[in-house]
Amino acid sequence: MTTATAETNKQRYDKVFMEALNVPAEELGENLIYNSVAAWDSVGHMSLMAALETEFDIMMETDDIIDFSSYAKGMEILSKYEVQF
Amino acid sequence: MNFYDEMERYGSAVAFVEEDGAVHSYAQAVEAADAFGSTVADRGLVFLLADNSLAAATGYIGCLRARVPAALLAGGIPSDQLASLLAAYRPNYLWLPRARAAEVPGAVEVYAQGGYVLLSTGAEPLRAHSDLALLMTTSGSTGSAKFVRLSYGNVAANAASIAAYLKIASEDRAITTLPMHYVFGLSVINSHLHAGARIALTDASLMEKRFWEQVKAQQSTSLSGVPYTYELLKRLRWERMELPDLRVMTQAGGKLSAALVSEFAGHCRQKGMRFYVMYGAAEATARMAYLPSQLALEKPGSIGVPIPGGELWIEDESGIAITRSGVAGELFYRGPNVSLGYARRREDLALGDERGGVLATGDLAQRDADGAYSIVGRKSRFVKLFGNRVNLEEVEHFLRGAGIDCACAGDDALLRIYITNPALGNDAVAAAQRLTQLHPSAFRACVIDSIPRNEAGKIIYAELP
Repeated sequence: MTTATAETNKQRYDKVFMEALNVPAEELGENLIYNSVAAWDSVGHMSLMAALETEFDIMMETDDIIDFSSYAKGMEILSKYEVQF
Repeated sequence: MNFYDEMERYGSAVAFVEEDGAVHSYAQAVEAADAFGSTVADRGLVFLLADNSLAAATGYIGCLRARVPAALLAGGIPSDQLASLLAAYRPNYLWLPRARAAEVPGAVEVYAQGGYVLLSTGAEPLRAHSDLALLMTTSGSTGSAKFVRLSYGNVAANAASIAAYLKIASEDRAITTLPMHYVFGLSVINSHLHAGARIALTDASLMEKRFWEQVKAQQSTSLSGVPYTYELLKRLRWERMELPDLRVMTQAGGKLSAALVSEFAGHCRQKGMRFYVMYGAAEATARMAYLPSQLALEKPGSIGVPIPGGELWIEDESGIAITRSGVAGELFYRGPNVSLGYARRREDLALGDERGGVLATGDLAQRDADGAYSIVGRKSRFVKLFGNRVNLEEVEHFLRGAGIDCACAGDDALLRIYITNPALGNDAVAAAQRLTQLHPSAFRACVIDSIPRNEAGKIIYAELP
C-alpha cells in the first residue's frame, strides 16, 4: 500500500479557507459565502485572496477578487487560472 | 448654519440613493425625519442601531432636528454589548432593524419605517444637557460603555468645515464606504448634507462586486477610507478600474504609510483627482486637520494644517507651547468641534462642556518650517488596528480578567500579546478578538519566559522582545 503524498488542489483550497477564515472543515461548502461567518469580512477576504494567490502561485484580476463571493464561486474563478478541481 | 435644520433649502435635490436605485430628495428626507422626530419629541435618549440604510439616516436626522439625543451604535452590535449599554444608559427609545426588536425585553413598538422599528422602553424621563446631540463610540472604547458627548454645535461646525476644505458642492455624489456609527463615516454624511450633495447608501464593502456596481451606477465622485481601505484598494489595483466620475479620495482613521500616501497621491494626480490625508478623533467630532491635496506628494508623512475654524499647537511635558519647528510634543487642538467630554452612564448625559473647546490629543507631533504637522508617536498606549483605536491597557485588563497573564504591545499592523503559558495562545487571541470584534489576523500571541516587571510590579514594555 502506498501513501498519497501530493495534496490535491481541493485539499489545498480547503486548507487555505480553514486557515484564513478560521473555519472548521465541516463548514466548507455551498453555504460558506462572504459575510456568512464573522471572519469572512473585507479584512478576512483580503487575507483569503492573498493566501490563495500564494498557495497556487497566481495573481488574480480585480474583477475576480470582488466576484469571489463564496466557497463554490471561488473554485469556478480559480479554474480560470488553471487551478483544476 | 446647522445643516440638519436647513436641509429644506435644497428642496428637490437628491439627498439619498438606496441600493435599489430609489432616490429621496432633501424635501422627502426632511419629511420622513420629522415624522420620526415627532414620535420621540420628549427628549428621551434614543439608541440608534445604524446600518447604512435610509431608515437609520432618517432616524439620525430626525433626532438632530427634534433635539433628541441619540447614541449611534453599529447595526450589528453584539447582543451582549447591547445589553450592557442598555443597562448603563436605560434609553427611552431604540430605533433598530425589526429583526433585532426581540432583543429588548418589555419594550413596545411605537413607530415603524423602512424595515426599522421604534421601541419605547418606558424608562424614566431623561435629564440631559440641552447641548447634548449625539453619543458616539470612540474606536478605542468598543465593548465598553464609554461614549463621546457631541453637541449640536460640534456636529454643525465640523460638517461645515469639512465641506469647505474638501470643496464639496451640490453636484457631488458620495457613497458610504464606512459605517454611519463611526465618526468618520458620519462626517461624510454630514458634510455632504451640509453642501446639498447626494449620498448613495450601501452596506457593501469594497471587496464586493455589489459595491463597485453602485459606484458606477451612482457615478460616485468621492471615496473615503481608513488606512486599511487603502490597502484593500491597492490590493484591488483600483487604479486600473474604470471610474471616470471619481474626483476625490479622502483618508483618515489612522496613519497611512508615507509609501501608500505617495502611491495614491501619484495615481490621483495622474488621473486629475484630489487626494486628501486627514486627521481627527471622535473627541473632536471627527476632523481636526487635513493635508491640502497639492501637498500630498511633497509631504507624504504629514497631517497638514488645521481645518477651517480650528487651531493646532504643540506643548512640551510642562505645558509650554513649542514654537520651534522639528521639535516633538503633545498635539493640542482648539475649535468649535471639540466635544463636551465623555459619558460612561446615563447620569453623565446631564453634564455640560468639560473641555472648553480644547482637546489634548495624546498624539506626539511636530511642525515643519512650512507649518504642516506630522504625527510622530503616541503619548498613550494605543494602537490602531484596521482603523480601530485599541487601548493596549484595556486588552491586557480584559485578558487578565479571563485568567491570562499577559503584556500587550504592538503597532498599527499587529497587536502582540506576550504570554508565559504556551497553552493559552489561542485563548488569548480569541479573547482579544471577542473584546475588540476585530479580525484574528490583527493579533499574535508571543510566548516569553517571563513578563519583565519593575520592582513596583509595573510591566517594562521596553524590555519586551
